Order: sequence, then C-alpha cells, then structure tokens
Amino acid sequence: MLDSIYLVLGMVLVTFLPRYLPIALSSRLQLPPLLVKALQYVPIAVLTVIIVQTSFFQGGNLSLHYSNPFLWGLAAAVACAYIQKNMLLTIVVGMAVFAGAKTFF
Amino acid sequence: MFIHKNIRNDAITSIVQSIPLVFAATPFAIVYGALGESLGMSFWLIIAISMLVFAGASQFIALTLLAAGTPIGIIIFTVFLVNIRHMLYAISLVPQFKQVSSWVRIPMAYTLTDETFAIVTNKMQQQPNTHFVAFYLGSALFMYCNWALWSGIGFYVGSEFSGLKELGLEIAMVVAFAGIVVSQLKNLSHYACLLVAGIAAVISIDWPHQSGLLFSAFAGIATGLVVEYQQGNDQPDKKGEHHA
Repeated sequence: MLDSIYLVLGMVLVTFLPRYLPIALSSRLQLPPLLVKALQYVPIAVLTVIIVQTSFFQGGNLSLHYSNPFLWGLAAAVACAYIQKNMLLTIVVGMAVFAGAKTFF
Repeated sequence: MFIHKNIRNDAITSIVQSIPLVFAATPFAIVYGALGESLGMSFWLIIAISMLVFAGASQFIALTLLAAGTPIGIIIFTVFLVNIRHMLYAISLVPQFKQVSSWVRIPMAYTLTDETFAIVTNKMQQQPNTHFVAFYLGSALFMYCNWALWSGIGFYVGSEFSGLKELGLEIAMVVAFAGIVVSQLKNLSHYACLLVAGIAAVISIDWPHQSGLLFSAFAGIATGLVVEYQQGNDQPDKKGEHHA
C-alpha cells in the first residue's frame, strides 16, 4: 500500500514537472532567437513521428504494403487536407477510406 | 459580454475539434483499465494513476514494470524518460503562456498531452485571436475526463472488449494529426523537417522508452533549421543575379 503511494507520488512528480517548469518560468524566460525558430518545427516533427510509428508498422514490423489500411487512410487524409481546409472532412474521409481498405484487403 | 461569448465559443469549438482525438484515446484507456484489473491491481490505484499521472504510454509501462517486480525507482525513472517530450511541448507553448495568470498555468500544465498540444498550436497559428486558455482547457479537460472515465470502465468491462485494439481506432489520431501537419507545411524547410523526422521514425521504432520519438523529432527540427538557414543565405544571391 505504502509502495503504491510512493509509486504514484513519484510518477506525479516526473510527469508534472517536465510539463510545468517551462510554463511556470514563461514570464521570466526570454527564449533565444534560435530556439524560437527551432520551436516552429516541433509540431511538424513530433506529429510526423507519431503518425509514421503508428501507421507504417503492423505488429511491430514495417508494413509499406497495400494491405495495410493505415496507409490508405493516411494517404486519403493527406490528399484531402491538401485540397481543402476543413479538418473534420479530412478526418471523416481518412477514417472512411481506412474502414474501406480494412474491409477489402 | 462579447469577451465571455468568445471564451465560450472557443471552448466549444475546442471540444468539438477534440472529438476525433478523444475517440482515438478511448480504447487505450479501456485497455489500460483492463490491464490493471488483469494484473490484480486495485480499482482505486488504477483510477488514481489515470487522474494524477494522466500520461497514456507511461501508465502502460508503469503497470507492466510493476507486474514484473521492477523496483519503484526504476519505474519512476522510466516514466520520466517517456514524458520528457512534454517538456518540448511546454517550451514551445512558452510564448502563449506569458499572459496566462500563474494559478491557471497549473491545471493547464497538468493536462498537457500530445493531442492538446497538436490542436492548440495548430489553432493559434491559423487563428491567433482565439482565446488561448479557453481553447486549451476545452480540449485538455475533455481528454482528461474521458481518460479517467474509460480507465475506470475498462477495469470492469475491459476483458470483454479484448478485440478493441484490433479495430485500429488510432486511425482517428493519425488522420487528425496528418491534417494538422499538412496545414503547417509552407516552406521547403518544413518539408525537409517532415522527411527527416519520418525516416528517423522508421529507423528508431524499436528504441526504448520513446527515445526514438525524441531523437527523430530533434533530427527533423535540426534539418528544418539548416535548410531555413541555407535558404536565407541563398536569397541575397538570387536577388543579386536578378539585378545583374
């Protein structure tokens, strides 16, 4: 029981501090210009990694094959986002194509 | 009065835009709850971790390590490694947080996730007039409540939904993130960042504790900066050629 409490407290500490410290210091923090420039790439870089690691792999193996429905859904979403700006439409089209590919292949 | 209306509208918009991401996170919460139950942990420990720690991947890893008899210190250190990426998100949100009062920063930091970071940075770029706190908390609190709720439900009924992970509901997250990435691609340097981050993600998939994610993100960011710098150097030359 005491071990569980230590575990939870420890986890709270190490998950909250990385989230909170930069934000807590934000009023006093003057970010160097190079860092500000670097930060504009954070969303593209991180989200691309999450997308690739979720959709290019099946059961831990690289699967760049037409039988992988994630590739179809992803391709449809990317095409849709290029053509128009409506995010909801992009998501619906991507999921529909995924569902179709999952059924057919 | 107008301000209040804007705050409410931005919070509602945020909740609506978070629906696909909440939908994608739900099966993970159920599977997490079910895993806790199958490892013989108490309902309250499972709920407490979801509400106090609120970090998907870390929670899975913690339960797995705990069940394997790993010392608590090592579990905590592993959880720390898995969550370092949040520091990257927090730093990139620093400019937005400058105007936020210090006590509101605590619940906002507490509920920072991949999903909320993604939709908030995208929204603030597209529509900088958006009420930052309202939009942020709309998404973050929705994700938070949903995560806690389905962790609890998963504890009791999760074993009956063992096929849930095979449905591939992560597709909702993939397509939502893809839409955000596409909307951010404006210069050659952005495409270079995407390409290198993507290739690095394939190479580093097996690296432990999300170190592959951090490595790939940094590789992409560095590439973007280098290409941006090169292009900045090229432009005066081009101008010179044009005038000559």
